[in-house]
Amino acid sequence: MKRELLKFLLFAIVVSVVPAFVSGGYLLNVLVFVGIFTMLAVALNLLLGFAGQISLGQAAFYGLGAYMSGVLTASHGMNPWVAMLIGAGAVGLLTFVLGFPILRLKGHSLAMATLGLGIIVYIFFNETVDVTGGPSGLSGIPNLTVGSFVFDSDLKNYYLIWGFALLAILLAVNLTNSRIGRALKAIHQSEVAARVLGVDVHLLKVEIFTISGVLSAIAGSLYAHTVMFISPTSFGFNVSIELLTMVIIGGLGSIYGSVLGAALLTLLPELLRTFQDYDIIVYGLLLILMTMFMPGGLVRGIPDAAVALYGKLKGGGADVER
Amino acid sequence: MASSDQILQYCLSGLSTGAIYALIGIGFAIIYNSTGIINFAQGEFVMLGGMLTVFFLSVAVLPLPAAVTAAVLVATLVGVIFERLAIRPLKDAQPITLIIITIGGSILIRGIVMLVWGKDTHALPAFSGNEPLFVGGATILPQHLWIFVITVLIIAANRLYFHHSISGKAMRACSYNARASRLVGIDVKRMVLFSFAISAAMGSMAGIIIAPLTMTSYDVGVMLGLKGFCAAIIGGMSSGIGTVFGGLIVGVLESLGAGLVSSGYKDAIAFFILLIILFLRPQGLFRKGETERV
Amino acid sequence: MLRGEAITRTFGGITALDDVSFSFAAGKITGIIGPNGAGKTTLFNIITGIYAPTEGKVFLEGKDITGLAPEKLARMGMVRTFQGIELFPQMTVLENVMVGRHTKSKSGIIASAFKLPGHIREEKNIREKALSWLQFAGLGDLADQEAGSLPFGRGRILEIARALALEPRIIFMDEPAAGLNSRETRELAGLIRKISELGITIALVEHDMELVMDICEEIMVLNLGRKLAWGTPREIQENREVVMAYLGEG
Ligand SMILES: Nc1ncnc2c1ncn2[C@@H]1O[C@H](COP(=O)(O)OP(=O)(O)O)[C@@H](O)[C@H]1O
Ligand SMILES: [Mg+2]
Repeated sequence: MKRELLKFLLFAIVVSVVPAFVSGGYLLNVLVFVGIFTMLAVALNLLLGFAGQISLGQAAFYGLGAYMSGVLTASHGMNPWVAMLIGAGAVGLLTFVLGFPILRLKGHSLAMATLGLGIIVYIFFNETVDVTGGPSGLSGIPNLTVGSFVFDSDLKNYYLIWGFALLAILLAVNLTNSRIGRALKAIHQSEVAARVLGVDVHLLKVEIFTISGVLSAIAGSLYAHTVMFISPTSFGFNVSIELLTMVIIGGLGSIYGSVLGAALLTLLPELLRTFQDYDIIVYGLLLILMTMFMPGGLVRGIPDAAVALYGKLKGGGADVER
Repeated sequence: MASSDQILQYCLSGLSTGAIYALIGIGFAIIYNSTGIINFAQGEFVMLGGMLTVFFLSVAVLPLPAAVTAAVLVATLVGVIFERLAIRPLKDAQPITLIIITIGGSILIRGIVMLVWGKDTHALPAFSGNEPLFVGGATILPQHLWIFVITVLIIAANRLYFHHSISGKAMRACSYNARASRLVGIDVKRMVLFSFAISAAMGSMAGIIIAPLTMTSYDVGVMLGLKGFCAAIIGGMSSGIGTVFGGLIVGVLESLGAGLVSSGYKDAIAFFILLIILFLRPQGLFRKGETERV
Repeated sequence: MLRGEAITRTFGGITALDDVSFSFAAGKITGIIGPNGAGKTTLFNIITGIYAPTEGKVFLEGKDITGLAPEKLARMGMVRTFQGIELFPQMTVLENVMVGRHTKSKSGIIASAFKLPGHIREEKNIREKALSWLQFAGLGDLADQEAGSLPFGRGRILEIARALALEPRIIFMDEPAAGLNSRETRELAGLIRKISELGITIALVEHDMELVMDICEEIMVLNLGRKLAWGTPREIQENREVVMAYLGEG
């Protein structure tokens, strides 16, 4: 437990000093997105990595949070924080209610149902033009404010969003090292044994699905108030796949792995501008290769590979001596 | 209010897209029954069928029948390669791993097609013109007839294969009990490969016959694949008549919904049906539930 | 303590259990024997809420528990182990047993995520209790090993320790000695006796006749889904029908 806390503090320190070393405003802007995707990847990881329940509709909850915030503030002049709260609450209610039938499903059916849900929501974003502005998007969303302080620069937003992201990480780490976290892992590894030991498997799945939805919705609100413009393409099927790839690359069931996955997949395309549209090929390859050759993700795979390499080198050295 | 002629019109065009969904759904079912895998890349075979035919027609300038044949062959080859490279090495993996692998395969195929042929939408000429035919008060296109005829032929061929040929029977045996099949000397691995080949071929054929009506592009596979899955779920994952009904139901409801309610929500309709079926009768409309063993 | 009335269960065309009635006495060790496919596991699955019976009822201390979910039954003090071992392989041995404390603790998601004070105390208590049950089962020194890396025999014992952590009133064990060598089987017999001394009612399915005859006070024999006999070990050994069933003439 002590070690977990230390790890977290170390990470928090790194996060808070990074802006001092980042000169260009552009990179800072990208790091803001890393923060948002960190929250989203952690949210999916709680569900997929710990409870073993897949969701291919995460972008829908992210988008609903963003649109709730956007519409309530831009079209109805509501306070952004209140809008964020209402968005999180509404998505929480939706995921809780839908969670009961959806999480009766397993494996493929669960994947398809969440995928279907994601696409339905996406279609609504596009079609309810009166409310969402349809495909051309919704603009005029205000920044978040505290008193007279406005989060209107990349630096301010960096601290705002990473504040939320760090809180999400801390809560997720706490959760996974608790009675609930063990029950989630138990569901993943043997559902029938978990039930026999008194874990209300279905309810717990619904609860974690809800938490995952709420966290994604908050990330969506933050996105809306940071970028100040939203359109449906930011919340489509591809985003759900991108999140899935982040979680897989980082490592299922590893919270810091999700941070790594979010960072890699957000930074890489920015650094290698040539990727552009073709990032989906990279996602496809990464999903296949990681699942086949490094199923534990980078956070577990790299140390394992290092140990193996070290062993080989040592073994090789012994050969030479002989 | 819609007239009865209009309704008839919606039903007819719904039946023809429904036939396509049925073909795709049967592709899902064939792989599922032989491996327990839902192949999320199924829709990409459909896309490949259409796109490859466009390629063989326009770039390689083959006559239509040759282009169609070549497209089906190449798509089938892709299916076989996919099975060999991504599925076979992972035998007995957890469902979640297989879901992720097939999703990975799906977006990889889509990405490569986009890389090679770009993001444009392509039209495929109708097989025999666009002169409408009158049925009651509604009209249909010759392409609709092609769709019905080819679908019926494929389903009949399928049935012949699975019920009257040795390898078809062997595949059915595998779907009931893979271990027992292995014991009686059936090469289960080969049957899995066959199942991928057959469903890739069927999927690509579906993609080819629908392309003249709907156009085709690198990203049509997602929606078509999902609707095919919807058909298969309604049919209880049967590789026969159940899924055909499933496809027709989805096609007709979708077409009626688009015509009578709003065309923007057309795609949402299939997914509403999918969710409702999964919530209320996850084993399909025509099948009884089973008890999972502990 | 636990009573079953006319339980029948069919799977499609197969009748796995056919009109079976029984009563397990409080504090006793009851054995259930019978050839493979007799319906023993199915019976456990029905009692512990994993399957619903096609017909018939189950009572726990007079209360109708037919069709209740396993997680509900766990809260009423009923727990089981599995014929094909169901551990949580990627968790440590201790964590496995800590899951067994689930019904004895109650922190929810919010309390756990925010580490509220009550939750910290509860976690400490879970750990201590789990460790003491691990020691009770003789696995204390394996606490930090990954459960999936345990040798088979240890795994079976761990599954029992995990079940005990729930402090059950009645425990069902499905072939606990299957796959154990003779030394491990002797240790298992000792553990089962120790559990019985705690006042916990035990029912076990077992093929190892020596073990069954040694530790069980009552035995029920199932064959082809029907109850063939019920009695003390001695009565069962002398029952001609039972002997015939086992020789395959039934
Ligand atoms: N989930 C199930 N689905 C279908 N048949 C089952 C199922 N569970 C058990 N059976 C059948 O019920 C019969 C009894 O099985 P079981 O209770 O496992 O026997 P035992 O534990 O005595 O060896 C067997 O014929 C078995 O095939
Ligand atoms: Mg058994």
